[in-house]
Amino acid sequence: MLSQIVSALGVVVAAVIACSAYFYFSNKILDLALPVKDGDIRAASRNLNRRALIRPWLFIGPALFLLIVYLVYPVVATFILSFYDRAGLQFVGLANYKWALGDREFRQSIFNNILWLAVVPAACTFFGLVIAVMTDRIWWGNIAKSIVFMPMAISFVGASVIWKFIYEYRGGNDVQIGLLNAIVQTFGGTPEVWISIPFWNNFFLMIILIWIQTGFAMVILSAALRGIPEETIEAAVIDGANGWQIFWRIMVPQVWGSIAVVWTTITILVLKVFDIVLTMTNGQWQTMVLANLMFDWMFRGGGDSGRSAVIAIIIMLAVTPIMVWNVRRANRELKGH
Amino acid sequence: MTAIGSYFKIGPARLFVHLAVLLIVIIWLIPTLGIFVSALRDKDQIVVSGWWTAFVGSTQTAAVRLGTPDQQKQEGASYVISGNVLEGQTGREVKAFGNRVQQPAAFKAGETADLGDGETLQINSDGSYRYVKNAAFSPDQRPRRIYASVSAPPEFTMQNYNTVLTGEGIGQSFINSLTVTIPATIIPILIAAFAAYALSWMEFPGRGLLIALVVGLIVVPLQMSLIPLLRLYNEIGNMLGEPSKTYPGIWLAHTAFGMPLAIYLLRAYIAGLPKEIIESARVDGASDFEIFVRIVLPLSFPALASFAIFQFLWVWNDLLVAMVFLGTDKDHIVLTGSLNALLGSRGGNWEILTASAFVTIIVPLLVFFGLQRYLVRGLLAGSVKGG
Repeated sequence: MLSQIVSALGVVVAAVIACSAYFYFSNKILDLALPVKDGDIRAASRNLNRRALIRPWLFIGPALFLLIVYLVYPVVATFILSFYDRAGLQFVGLANYKWALGDREFRQSIFNNILWLAVVPAACTFFGLVIAVMTDRIWWGNIAKSIVFMPMAISFVGASVIWKFIYEYRGGNDVQIGLLNAIVQTFGGTPEVWISIPFWNNFFLMIILIWIQTGFAMVILSAALRGIPEETIEAAVIDGANGWQIFWRIMVPQVWGSIAVVWTTITILVLKVFDIVLTMTNGQWQTMVLANLMFDWMFRGGGDSGRSAVIAIIIMLAVTPIMVWNVRRANRELKGH
Repeated sequence: MTAIGSYFKIGPARLFVHLAVLLIVIIWLIPTLGIFVSALRDKDQIVVSGWWTAFVGSTQTAAVRLGTPDQQKQEGASYVISGNVLEGQTGREVKAFGNRVQQPAAFKAGETADLGDGETLQINSDGSYRYVKNAAFSPDQRPRRIYASVSAPPEFTMQNYNTVLTGEGIGQSFINSLTVTIPATIIPILIAAFAAYALSWMEFPGRGLLIALVVGLIVVPLQMSLIPLLRLYNEIGNMLGEPSKTYPGIWLAHTAFGMPLAIYLLRAYIAGLPKEIIESARVDGASDFEIFVRIVLPLSFPALASFAIFQFLWVWNDLLVAMVFLGTDKDHIVLTGSLNALLGSRGGNWEILTASAFVTIIVPLLVFFGLQRYLVRGLLAGSVKGG
């Protein structure tokens, strides 16, 4: 048991030493290989220039290697695999794409993903904004913020257990120990098995992600709201604007950029939602989403790399516009420097 | 405007905000609270009453048998069987009792009930009873069955934690999770910091392209990497004659998947360091390596800390990468994997599930509350983990 931890710590120490040694000695070797002596000015300056050419790549090397092996190469490989058969040996052209378009489960997943995309980012951003505005006005706002932010630290699986307990249904005449059913019963309704009601169960799963992600939206938007100059708000108050108008006409337009960041970040997260569906329903009762379907096909019937690759490509395509937007934004910032 | 007037002007609105925020806080806190409380409850209690009743104690109707006729004592003209219905149960109280199942609480504790046939029964709240008959109890009479409403005080136990840590493999998973998380959190920092420095303070062709690549890779879905990497791992495993699912394999995977965000966050910070410091060090003849180790690393501590927290939470809470690259056998399964497996195998055993869930979330929660400031700083510095 403990030997594992000791070995993990040992690995950390060894890895840090190895990393440091790599950087230190590769820099040393570079300096030795291209010496700068006082005698020969021309050779010295040539060597200095060469050093300046090579050294950045020594610094970036390990990171670049990891990025290429684990992220760049797989994107290309997945794309290629999507044109091959289940074992990745036989070229089958667009057969996997045709299969996807005709497959009922796949369409169900697309539909559910669109549902998730329509609800979760909007709900998180809206709640986050409202909570940020309200907590900034009261003296115990920071404590309230901490509590709303807290689920960010909880794993999706942990959150699923927490909410499964809330949705718990007891059959027969048993006492309802799930909070939701107990409340429903108190108000005279009939208890239900919430996560197995087709279509509506998607929303019960979405609530979990909203509960987790609202805190993130709140933190970002709260910082943006603090950045609004006091004068604009004061001017609006003097002009006789009420709270509602100040919120919609002054605050929201001024934090528009941050709203876009929050929205896109949560959108990406939603596209990859996997753990919640796996632990709550495993895709049963029409709750399947793309990431789970892809995982399923990786192992279903010994695994079908062609079909799962197609599903991965679809997720990638959905993310691409956001990726382009992000890169452009980063480039604009760089030019601003 | 008088003071009172202004008070009324803001009073109701203020109050509304306070109440609304209070309601939000309660909604956000309750789900987690349910797990904490349930994990500390007795497993029999969990199924008979909601966790929100745990603090007020519970009242259960129990059937008890009174003493047998051979215990009877003569007191004047009548015969008495006495004893205690709460034998061996501490802290409980009899609220009411009855002799018919339809009315199990017909009489209050301390009352004397007339049971007919010249029999009376008195049960006190401490459980002691006197069962009196105006004639001798016949020796072949079976011990009388009566019903009592017994209230139990709130009871909390650590039993469930004992069960999951020893019997359900959660203890082993905890160790596995730590084994995965510690190296996968620390190793990326150093590699990313070097790269971030080069992308901030070194001039070379292709720099802008590399930055764009890193930014683009932040959002690449993990799903794109799974299939080719799994094949790659299997091939390498076959080549070396090793299993393909190993700890080094997942350390490398997490290190690489954390890399884009790490470089992005650290670059944003390192590029913002004052130019004068770096340049004056260069003028003094310090090499890039020295500048990085002696000046940049110590100054970037806040950024390093905030990325470390991100990566820690990310790795600790991850399920997908662990399932694919580490597998789910006993010596490798991480906490999230165990919890997921328990949901399948122990779906109705909430005492097991709640205690396990608590063990799973306690470490990230402690990290979160201890280091919240850095986490917020990291969030504000950039976007959030792709994965």
